[in-house]
Amino acid sequence: MSAQAETVAPPRAPAQTDAIVAPMRMSVGALLAYLVLGVAVLIIAVPLVWMVLGSFKTRAEILTVPIRWLPASVGPANYLTAWHDAPFDRFYLNSLLVTTLGGGLKVVNGVLTAYALVFLRFPKKSLVFYAVLGALMVSAQITLIPNYVFVANLGWIDTYAGLIVPSAATAIGTFMFRQHFLTIPREVIEAARMDGVGHVGLLWRVILPMSRPTLVTFSLLAAVWEWNDFLWPLLVTNSLTMRTLPIGLTYLRSTEGATNWGAVMAGTVLVVLPVLVFFLWAQRHIVSGIMSGSVKG
Amino acid sequence: MNSARRTGDRHALRDYALFAAFVAPNLLLLLLFVYRPLVQGVWLSFFSWDLISPDWEWVGLDNYREYLTDSASHYILRNTLIFSVGTVIGSMSLGLGLALLLNLPLRGREVVRTILFTPYVISGAAIGVVWLFIFDPRLGLLAALLAKVGLPSPDWFNDPNWAMPMVIIAYVWKNLGYTVVVFLAGLQSIPGDLYEAARVDGAGSWSRLRHVTLPMLSPVTLFLLVTNTLSSVQAFDMIRVMTQGGPLEATKTMNYQLYEEGFVRFHVGTASTIATLLFLLLLATTLLQLRTMERRVHYS
Repeated sequence: MSAQAETVAPPRAPAQTDAIVAPMRMSVGALLAYLVLGVAVLIIAVPLVWMVLGSFKTRAEILTVPIRWLPASVGPANYLTAWHDAPFDRFYLNSLLVTTLGGGLKVVNGVLTAYALVFLRFPKKSLVFYAVLGALMVSAQITLIPNYVFVANLGWIDTYAGLIVPSAATAIGTFMFRQHFLTIPREVIEAARMDGVGHVGLLWRVILPMSRPTLVTFSLLAAVWEWNDFLWPLLVTNSLTMRTLPIGLTYLRSTEGATNWGAVMAGTVLVVLPVLVFFLWAQRHIVSGIMSGSVKG
Repeated sequence: MNSARRTGDRHALRDYALFAAFVAPNLLLLLLFVYRPLVQGVWLSFFSWDLISPDWEWVGLDNYREYLTDSASHYILRNTLIFSVGTVIGSMSLGLGLALLLNLPLRGREVVRTILFTPYVISGAAIGVVWLFIFDPRLGLLAALLAKVGLPSPDWFNDPNWAMPMVIIAYVWKNLGYTVVVFLAGLQSIPGDLYEAARVDGAGSWSRLRHVTLPMLSPVTLFLLVTNTLSSVQAFDMIRVMTQGGPLEATKTMNYQLYEEGFVRFHVGTASTIATLLFLLLLATTLLQLRTMERRVHYS
């Protein structure tokens, strides 16, 4: 939401080392710490495990009292029901398009604007920087209705353009890339310029390779935001075949009624799984992006 | 010399052109989809309009007068306050406690950190659905666990007193990991020699927590207070999926009301009034933070 890059200093300072000083007291303390952390992990993990288990249970198994933890068998029945009752192939296609195109445009816009702000001359270019920074102060609520009216007048309701274009700009991305580009030593730039490398070459062959961590972190965050976005896709699409996964899930729930939780949980897994796999694969970069403190999605 | 200046000029012009080309798409989109609607959004709050008809009726400050004197909106303001205070206090206190534990030299803490952070990247709509399944008073997991200790399940879905706690719990569950991770970054940036000095002075672990950790953590705490407040005021997807603002408007916040007034009832003027008030509220919160941050920077 806002731009606070300096609030949280980078990690890598020595950690507390109480353990060495008081081994006896610590072992009890450590035990307690493990206990509390274990409970916390359980509280976070159980709902997700419950979701996966539920997606394999038959209706009878879900209605059983007292509850049964494990399904009698693991089969795709609920997934087939979910996929049959709601067009998940379209939801996936739409979500993939919105995530890759929307996220991709954000990355490109952030990189290009930051490059211009840091490495190119322009009269009064700080004004451009402030214009970008100011956009961080504008919350999405106030722009919602005017943007909806504008997009409707363009004839973009229920189109990919309507889903993607309004959020293709990025203020926070510009800010993140600018912060990083400012840390690249001037000598590197000057050496490349001496060798006759133009700006496009400099950006592509020098700056971007030196910015890989920022690039990866921001791309991942942008992808997660786009994948999970809810309100705008809800408003700007109205036919079932244009819905993205999160909206499609609410549709599935409304068609399954109040008790067919198995199919609904299967649909939920279909929404959650890609992002979960993606996150576990790249969690280091995402968490470090959050830890560097400049981002709040 | 003359020719050198001329090539310099040519370089400068090339720079200008490239600058314009690089910045144009982003800036144009920000103007079109952030600044233009900001102005129009505030402007619309002075009109009565149903989103469809070609006529906007100028009503001056009537929307504000009506909104601020309506007892229904007072109830919604109260809900917004309860939701924000509940989620922020919940996330901050649990987050600080867990971050302090994760800052200890324990085996496997990276794994724990990753697990705690996971819900933060999951769609709020999906999490809302999962928690509805868990909270279901008849066949949910929570009801079963409560029954084990002999307690009846509250009627989370229909009882106005229990719906808000339900949404707050689910929201804190989703967002807690963010607070933990940022607190942890703050803890890891505290210089180790401060603890060393405190230990030399004979400070016990409690006193070190009170006199070193917490004061050093105050900028991060302020940052989290603001970012958590901003995002909880703007919460939408979980409320939409779990309660639609019900039962009996018990979980309707200003942001949810904005959506309903704008896109369900087509009271664009009222919705824009709420949006403008929210915008001012969020702007003030952000500016407050920027100011305190500046002061901190001047300090050091």
